[in-house]
Amino acid sequence: MEDYILEMRNISKEFPGVKALDNVNFKVKRGEIHCLVGENGAGKSTLMKILSGVYPFGTYEGDIILNGEKQKFTKIADSERAEIAIIAQELALIPEMTVYDNIFLGHEITKGPTIDENKTIQKANEVLQKVGLKINPSVLIKDLGVGAQQLIEIAKALSKNVKLLILDEPTAALNEIDSRNLLQIIRELKQQGVTSIMISHKLKEVISIADTITVLRDGKTICSMDATQNTINESDIIKYMVGREIDNVYPRREKKEIGDISLEIKNWSAYDPKLGREILHNISINVRKGEIVGISGLMGAGRTELALSIFGNPRGYKINGELYLNGRPVSFGHTSKALEAGICYVSEDRKGEGLILIQDIKSNITLANLRALASYGVINENEEVKVANEYKSSFNIKTPSVEQIVGNLSGGNQQKVSLCRSLFARPKILILDEPTRGIDVGAKYEIYTIMNRLVAEGMSIIMISSDLLEVIGMSDRIYVMAEGKVTGEIRAEDATEERIMEVATI
Amino acid sequence: MTEPENLRTKENDLLKELVYLLRRNIREYGMYIALVFIITAFAIITNGVFISPRNISTLIDQTGYIIVLAIGMTLIIVCRYIDLSVGFLAGFLGAVAAIFMTRYGMSEWIVIPIILVFGLMVGLINGFMVGKLSIPAYVVSLAGMFIFRGLLLMVTQKTGTIIVPNKGFNDIGNGFIPDPFRGKNVHILTLIIGGIAILAFIYTSIRGRQNKLKYQFEVISTPLYIIKLVFVSIIIAYISWILAGYNGLSWTAVICLVVVMIYHFVTQKTTLGRHIYAVGGNGNAAELAGISVKKITYIIFASMGMLSALSGILFTSRLKSATTTAGTLFELDAIASAFIGGASANGGVGKITGSVVGALVMMSLTSGMNLMGVDISYQYVIRGGVLVAAVFFDVMTRKKRG
Repeated sequence: MEDYILEMRNISKEFPGVKALDNVNFKVKRGEIHCLVGENGAGKSTLMKILSGVYPFGTYEGDIILNGEKQKFTKIADSERAEIAIIAQELALIPEMTVYDNIFLGHEITKGPTIDENKTIQKANEVLQKVGLKINPSVLIKDLGVGAQQLIEIAKALSKNVKLLILDEPTAALNEIDSRNLLQIIRELKQQGVTSIMISHKLKEVISIADTITVLRDGKTICSMDATQNTINESDIIKYMVGREIDNVYPRREKKEIGDISLEIKNWSAYDPKLGREILHNISINVRKGEIVGISGLMGAGRTELALSIFGNPRGYKINGELYLNGRPVSFGHTSKALEAGICYVSEDRKGEGLILIQDIKSNITLANLRALASYGVINENEEVKVANEYKSSFNIKTPSVEQIVGNLSGGNQQKVSLCRSLFARPKILILDEPTRGIDVGAKYEIYTIMNRLVAEGMSIIMISSDLLEVIGMSDRIYVMAEGKVTGEIRAEDATEERIMEVATI
Repeated sequence: MTEPENLRTKENDLLKELVYLLRRNIREYGMYIALVFIITAFAIITNGVFISPRNISTLIDQTGYIIVLAIGMTLIIVCRYIDLSVGFLAGFLGAVAAIFMTRYGMSEWIVIPIILVFGLMVGLINGFMVGKLSIPAYVVSLAGMFIFRGLLLMVTQKTGTIIVPNKGFNDIGNGFIPDPFRGKNVHILTLIIGGIAILAFIYTSIRGRQNKLKYQFEVISTPLYIIKLVFVSIIIAYISWILAGYNGLSWTAVICLVVVMIYHFVTQKTTLGRHIYAVGGNGNAAELAGISVKKITYIIFASMGMLSALSGILFTSRLKSATTTAGTLFELDAIASAFIGGASANGGVGKITGSVVGALVMMSLTSGMNLMGVDISYQYVIRGGVLVAAVFFDVMTRKKRG
């Protein structure tokens, strides 16, 4: 008989109008790394929220059995007491506080009525060592990179003596090196007896790290697979996730007609007055009509900064260099001017910079080009709804109505709304910043198909992506950036992951 | 046998739709319901004095200078800013107007536009400091509060209260529109305006509905639609009737109606309005959608400055004089009105009509409690309680839907 640390039996959970979980069974062996995969909206996060007490006992049906005992968590503190910790997608660290303060936030080490700083620092050092982070615990969180912050979240969990660690897409915001590092730490924790449940969309890393893989689809458990024998491949998982086979993750473009250069920058440098240093050095790149140009590189290589400096410079950099549009020199004083010239930028940060979450779908879609719907500044609202409905059906946005609030949509659908907004502005050059981050395989495929359709119509696409396979699979040409410089240009047919990483880590 | 059953299900459907609409828009209707409740309660307690034509007319004139401030403040709050300087700015500009008319003998018809432009420019400077120099609005407007209070004292110190003799100016806050038909007991022009308002309302809403039908969009069912038309028409008719029974429509009411209509239209129907809500909802996203956050900041602060000037004019005219303390705490009434009216401190949410109702709620409370002879100390406590209760209701309904 197997030793299960956790069993979730016949879990069902309903939200108004949706059955999020339908009789889900989920078993985790002691000391394993168990990966939970599924499309957005499959119910992974809901299941983990039930386990960690975010959705209290009584709001769902079914049983949670931990170490053989039935549990009734009514709040997060209950699950913490049972030595379960969840690390959410959005990090819950306080930027202005030190590392050690963050690690022991909520369970401070005290001496009488005061906080014992020395002991706190000492203990912080111990847990930091466990996660392989060699930093001074007195630095502020805001001075650390995302990778280090993610590790500190884990350290925070370890400081509470967790036995069961839940990680919700821990590598979504990390670059290759940080991701590898993080996965290694999870493996080491396994050696120390910590059981981990990891939700991830990155199937490659799932295969490499998982002992067991459970697939959820539409709120149901589809299967649980033993992954220790290295017999599972990506297409197996995808098949279970989407319920059909996707033979190629990156859809092939029927015909490629690459035309003249549409956008070109030469000797492009940018100085960030807030940081007080130059962030882009002497960059020269171009993109042609009907071409997808990928921009690869590690986090912090300056990719987003490059995109924004071209797109009307909303962050106020001091720019040196030449920008040509269809051979003519241009410069944009504001994003609105770039939009008028036919350049559009879709942000990597959907929630922070992309969408207006409290507004409905139609207002979000039409925002960048309201002029097209207005006469003398008065908006034709009926026409707006009509336009939004057209986008809704042609982009397959899954929602009952375009008057739905965008904040209620899943990540993939939000990304589509973001994309629709840009397309409604009728761009000729589209800059996509991490267009498929945090969205599921099915939605990714749809977005790739849309991209292919757009370039077939003669648009130019610049795609920034941290996903090497995506860059290689989708681009005609790839620029690699490192430390604010373009360190290499690689043609699609010559591109391999190794080749890109080599140039990206110069 | 079948017929009455049919009828019953029809009635049920209507009721269901009504309940559904109420539930979906509970936040918006909640305020109207609260206002009606407050008015009814005071009407009963004061044996009808509260809803007497005279009191209603006075109430509107007293609320006017808060309504215009609340309208400007709504846009400021929607964009996640705050403006604390509006009260003393209104007071100061009112005093400047009084000085122009008394000391320099300028005509009120020249003074009023000058003061409005002054307000606009002060607002632009505030907007510049917030938008361009990135000083927090809280700090800029707090500084403005000190500065305008000082300036108000400076210009009124020597003379004390400045009495304004200009009849035309004083009529803005105290006078009524003329009645060319010379009705004996009723103000006929007011009734005619009420009638026109009803016709215009019915016309625009029918046209809107037809347009929607043309696009084959969903509309509310015909019986409910007719009920809504009749209901609103009755309210307009009733208010016009009450006002016509006294002295008719006051100039303050006319000015407020015009300002409300303009701002409501701009915020709800135009690209500028959409841009303001976008900046409030997510400034970064708005910027990337080609909207200049700076420009919007200038616009809303300039509008706030101009409305402060208008408020100052209304208040000075109402008192027929400028005093050393004019405008004290106006900003708090305006902010409270906006929040009661459903504006959210998180930005992106808040309607002009909501804030107007909010202002009416606040001033109805004051007026009603005054009639009842409630001590001013209790009045403040009660108004504070209502503010918190209203926002609590707002937060709760928002949570439910989100």
